Amino acid sequence: MNGFKKITNKMAPCLAIVVLLIAWSLISYLEIIPRFMLPSPLDVVRAFINDFDLLMHHAKVTLLEALLGLGIGVVLGFIVAVIMDQFQIVARAIYPILIISQTIPTVAIAPLLVLWMGYGILPKVVLVVITTFFPITIGLLSGFASADPDGINLMKAMGASTLQRFAHIKLPSALSSFFGALKISASYSVVGAVISEWLGGFDGLGVYMTRVRKSFSFDKMFAVILFISIISLLLMLGVTLLQKALMPWDRKKNN
Amino acid sequence: MDKLTCNNITASYDGVKIIEDINIELNQGELVSLLGVSGVGKTTLFQVISGLLKPDSGRVMLDGVDITGEAGSVSYMLQKDLLFHYKTILDNVALPLEIKGLKKKEARDIASSYFKEFGLDGSQHKYPDQLSGGMRQRAALLRTYLFSNQVALLDEPFSALDTITKSSIHEWYLNVMDQIKLSTIFITHDIDEAIFLSDRIYIMGGKPGRIIDEIKVSIARPRDKEFLLTSEFLEYKRNIIRKLN
Repeated sequence: MNGFKKITNKMAPCLAIVVLLIAWSLISYLEIIPRFMLPSPLDVVRAFINDFDLLMHHAKVTLLEALLGLGIGVVLGFIVAVIMDQFQIVARAIYPILIISQTIPTVAIAPLLVLWMGYGILPKVVLVVITTFFPITIGLLSGFASADPDGINLMKAMGASTLQRFAHIKLPSALSSFFGALKISASYSVVGAVISEWLGGFDGLGVYMTRVRKSFSFDKMFAVILFISIISLLLMLGVTLLQKALMPWDRKKNN
Repeated sequence: MDKLTCNNITASYDGVKIIEDINIELNQGELVSLLGVSGVGKTTLFQVISGLLKPDSGRVMLDGVDITGEAGSVSYMLQKDLLFHYKTILDNVALPLEIKGLKKKEARDIASSYFKEFGLDGSQHKYPDQLSGGMRQRAALLRTYLFSNQVALLDEPFSALDTITKSSIHEWYLNVMDQIKLSTIFITHDIDEAIFLSDRIYIMGGKPGRIIDEIKVSIARPRDKEFLLTSEFLEYKRNIIRKLN
C-alpha cells in the first residue's frame, strides 16, 4: 500500500501535465482558438527542432549574460549582507533603500540602461545583477541572523576571532537560506536577461523572441518560451545539486 | 594549591546587580557544584569566570594569574550541548583546537585520539542529529576538555537527559574526570546530582545572589549508585534542603 502510494504521489504531477497537454492540443486542433495564434504542442516541438541551431546560438548569449549577472549579483549580495550583518547602523541605513529599489519594475529600468550603456552586453548584465542581488542579500541576512546566539557565545568563550565566528557559525547557518535565495535568483537571471534583450541587441533569446513575434511565427514563439523554461529549470537543478554537495549534513539527518 | 579562585566578585547585567561578593575556590582535580534556585546568578558567575562578562569588581585567578574579563582560558559548556549540526562529531570536537590556530588535519588527529577514552569511537563521521542525547553530551564534554584541559565550567550539562541516561553519564563523567585530571565547576539545581558528583557544594541564594553556605561531601570517589540509597546521602540532602529554604 505504501509503495503504491509512493508511485501515485510521483505520478500525480506527470498526469496533470499530460492532461494539460491534451487539453491544449484539443483547443488547437478543434481551432477553438485559431491555430496560427495557438499552435499545438506538436507544432511547437517541430519549430523547436527546426530552429535548434539558431536557438542554441542565441541561448549561449543569454546564458552568458544570465550567469555573469548572477555571479556578480551573488558576490555583491554577499558583500552587502556581510557588511549589514556586522554593522547594525549600515543595516538600518540601507535596508529601506533596498526594499524601495525592489518596487521599481525591471521593465521600467531596462530602457534606461540601454540608453546609458548601449546595445552591448553591459546593460543586460547590469539588469540581471539588479534583479538577482536582492534575494541573495535578504536570504543571507536572515541566514546570518538565524545563527544560534549561544553558539556565538560559546565561540567567544573559546576566544574565537570575529572571522572564526563567521566561518564556523554564521556562514554555515546561512547556507540553507542562501540556497533558497539562489534558486530564486537563478530563475530571475534568465528572465532578466531575456527582458533586457527585448529592448535592443543583436543576439540572445530575447532578440530572437522579438523577431519571431514580429513575423507572427507563434509556433517559434512558444518554442522559445519552452526553451527559456527548460534553461531556468536546469539552472535550478544545478543549484539543488550544488546545495546537496555543499550541505552533506542535510541529507544524513533522516537516516 | 588552588587551581582557580574568585575573589569578591560582584557583577551586574543591564544595570541590575545579579551577584555580590562571591568568593569561591577550586582545587586541582576537584569537582565543585554551585547549587541554587533559578535566577540566583549561577550562570552569571560562569560568564564572569569564562571572561564573557566583566565583573563590576573582584578578580578571577587561574594558577595565580589574573584572567578577569579574558575569554579563552577556561572552558565553558552551556546548558544545551551546542554541537553544530552542520559539522561532523569529529569536526565539532576539533573546533576549539582549530580556533587556537591548529591546522584542520592536526586538530582532527588530536581530537580523534580521545574518542575511545570518551566512549565515542565510531561516531567520528556522524552528524550530531544522528547521535543519542547521551552521546551528544559526551562529544560536547570532549570538546570542552580539548578547549582547556585545566578547568571546565559545566552549566547544567545533563539537565536535558532522561533519568537513566543521566545516572550512567554521572558515573562515566567521574571516571573520565579522574583519568584526565580535570577540575570542574558544575552548575545544577538538582540536589541529588550535586551530592553524587561533588567534592564540595556551594549553595547560592538571595538577591543579588551570594554564597550562603559551603558543604563538603566527604565520600571517596569512585562513588556508585548505591551511594544514593545510603543514610549519609539522605543526611546531606536534608541538610541542603534546610539551607536552601
